[in-house]
Amino acid sequence: MATTEDVKKLAALARIEISDDELAKFTSEFDAILAYVGQLESLEIQSASAAEKPALRNVMREDSEPYAPRTFTEKLVEQFPAHEGDALVVKQIIAHD
Amino acid sequence: MTKTPNELTIAEAARALRARELTVRELWSACVAAAEAKNPELNAYLEIFPADDAAIAAAQERIDAEGENAPLLCGIPLAIKDNILIDGRIASAASKMLENYRATYDATVIAKLKEAGALFIGRTNMDEFAMGSSTEHSAFGKTRNPHDQERVPGGSSGGSAAAVAAHLCIAALGTDTGGSIRQPAALCGLTGLKPTYGAVSRSGAIAMGSSLDQIGPLAKTPEDARILFDAIRGVDPLDSTTIPDGLHPAREVPKALRIGVPRALLGDTVSGDVRAAFDASLAQLEAAGHTIVDVELPTSGHALAAYYVIMPAEVSTNLARLDGVRYGHAARGKSLLDDYLLSRTEGFGPETRRRILLGTFVLSSGYIDAYYRKATAARAALRREYERAFERCDVIAFPTTLSPAFKFGEKSDPISMYLEDIFTVTANLTGMPALSTPMGTAERDGKHLPLGIHLTAPHQAERVLFAVADAVAALR
Repeated sequence: MATTEDVKKLAALARIEISDDELAKFTSEFDAILAYVGQLESLEIQSASAAEKPALRNVMREDSEPYAPRTFTEKLVEQFPAHEGDALVVKQIIAHD
Repeated sequence: MTKTPNELTIAEAARALRARELTVRELWSACVAAAEAKNPELNAYLEIFPADDAAIAAAQERIDAEGENAPLLCGIPLAIKDNILIDGRIASAASKMLENYRATYDATVIAKLKEAGALFIGRTNMDEFAMGSSTEHSAFGKTRNPHDQERVPGGSSGGSAAAVAAHLCIAALGTDTGGSIRQPAALCGLTGLKPTYGAVSRSGAIAMGSSLDQIGPLAKTPEDARILFDAIRGVDPLDSTTIPDGLHPAREVPKALRIGVPRALLGDTVSGDVRAAFDASLAQLEAAGHTIVDVELPTSGHALAAYYVIMPAEVSTNLARLDGVRYGHAARGKSLLDDYLLSRTEGFGPETRRRILLGTFVLSSGYIDAYYRKATAARAALRREYERAFERCDVIAFPTTLSPAFKFGEKSDPISMYLEDIFTVTANLTGMPALSTPMGTAERDGKHLPLGIHLTAPHQAERVLFAVADAVAALR
C-alpha cells in the first residue's frame, strides 16, 4: 500500500510537486497500478543461462568527427530560456553567506 | 466512383504523378484543403505547415526528369507525429513542456524522407510524450476518430491515424513504445507497423522508453506501409541501436503461411464480435490455403505488468532531462530547486507525472528486485517463448485490441486505459516486428467500427508480416 507520504517523497525525488487536491487521487491510482504490476512477484522464471548474452547492452560511440564549430550554436542559443551572447544564463547555485 | 487526390494511396498517387494525371501541386493542395476543412472538428493536426514551394517544385522536376526511377515517395504529402524532429519546426510531443520548442536538426527518418522527395503537411496530435492509448492525454485537446467522432482514434499516434483515415494526408509516421502505432491503426482502420527494434533510427525522435521505442508507418494499405518502411529503415551512426540487414537468420516468405494462434491467451477478455471477426479471418485464411497452428506463450499473461514496470522506469529516466534549464518550459522561482519543481510541475500533464512517479518508485532501492529485475526476467522469458513458437510458425496472430474504439472518458482510470495495450506491448518487449491491419468491423451504436488483426514475426522478418497482411487484405 502506498501512502500519501510515499507519493510525496517520490514526487520530491522526481522534482515534481503534487498539490494536496491531487495527492489522494494520485495515491489511490498508484496503489491500483502497483497491485496490478505486483503480479510479477508471483512469477517463477528460470533465469537465462550465464552463457546467454543479454539482448541489450550499452555501447559508446567513438569520440570523433565533431561538427564544425558554430554549426548549431545559433539554433541552440535560440532555445535557451535566457542567454548572454552564446552563454546560457543559470541561477547561482552556491550561496555566499 | 473516382477518388479525389487526397484519397489516393502512396502507390496510386505515385502512379498518377508519373502518368501526369496529377501534379505534385494538385496533390498537395487537395491534401491541405481536406486538412483545413476537417481539422477544426477532428484535431488530427496540431499545426498544418505552409506550402514549401521549393520542395514541391523540386519533387515535380524530379518526377518529370526521372519518371519511373524517381522514389515512390517523391511529391507525396505525409503527416508527422509531433515527437519527430523536423529542422526549424516546433516539436512539442503534445506537451506544455515543449510547446515552443523548435527542432534544431532533422530526425534521421525526416532526412531520409526529404531525400526521397516526400513533403510534410503538418505535425499530428498525440498523447503527451506518447503516453496513452486514446490521444486524450494531449495538452492541446483530444483528437476525434473519423469513423465516429464520439470515439477516440486510439493512441498515442492518434493524430497520425485520424489524419490518414480521414484522408488529410496520404500516409503518416508514428512512434510505437507499447502499441502506439498498431492500436490507433486498428481503431481507425489502417495498416500500422512497429518495425524490429533497431530497424529504424530513433535519432531525432523524442525518447519515451529507449529499449522499446520505434518509429513506423501508418498507412491506408499494407503496400503503402512497406513503401514507407523501406524509405526510413537502415543503420544510422546517430543511433547505436540500429542493426544491419541479416543480423538475425533470414526467414523465407512461403506461399502457404503458417499462422500461430495463442488460443489460451485470448480467453474471455476479447469482445464477442471481435473474437468472431478474428475467428472468421482465420477460417478464411485457412480456406485460402494457409495453415493455423496452436502456439503456447505462457508468460504473455504477465507481459503488460512487465511493460508497466520497464516503460515507466525508462520514462522517468528520459524525462529527467526536461528541467527548464536549457530548453522547453522554464518557470523561475527563488532557488534553482524551485526552477526545477515549477518547470516540471507546470510543464508535465497528469499522466506524464504519474508515470514519472511510478518509474521513480520501481527503480528505488528496496523495490528494484521485486519489480524491475523481475520484469526484465519476464521480458527475456517472453522472447525465448516467442523464438520457440517461431520454430513452428511464420507469424503469430491475435486481435490488436479487446474491442473497437471506445468513447471519450470511458477509460478514465489508468488501469483500464493500460489494458488497451495488453496484446501489443509484447512485441516492444521482445523487439520483434509487429503489424496491425484491418479485419472487418464491429457495430456499436449503429456505427460500423474498424477492427485490427495483430501479427508478430521474428526479428527482421517484416517481409513475412507484409505477406500475411496482403493475404488478409485479399480476403475482403
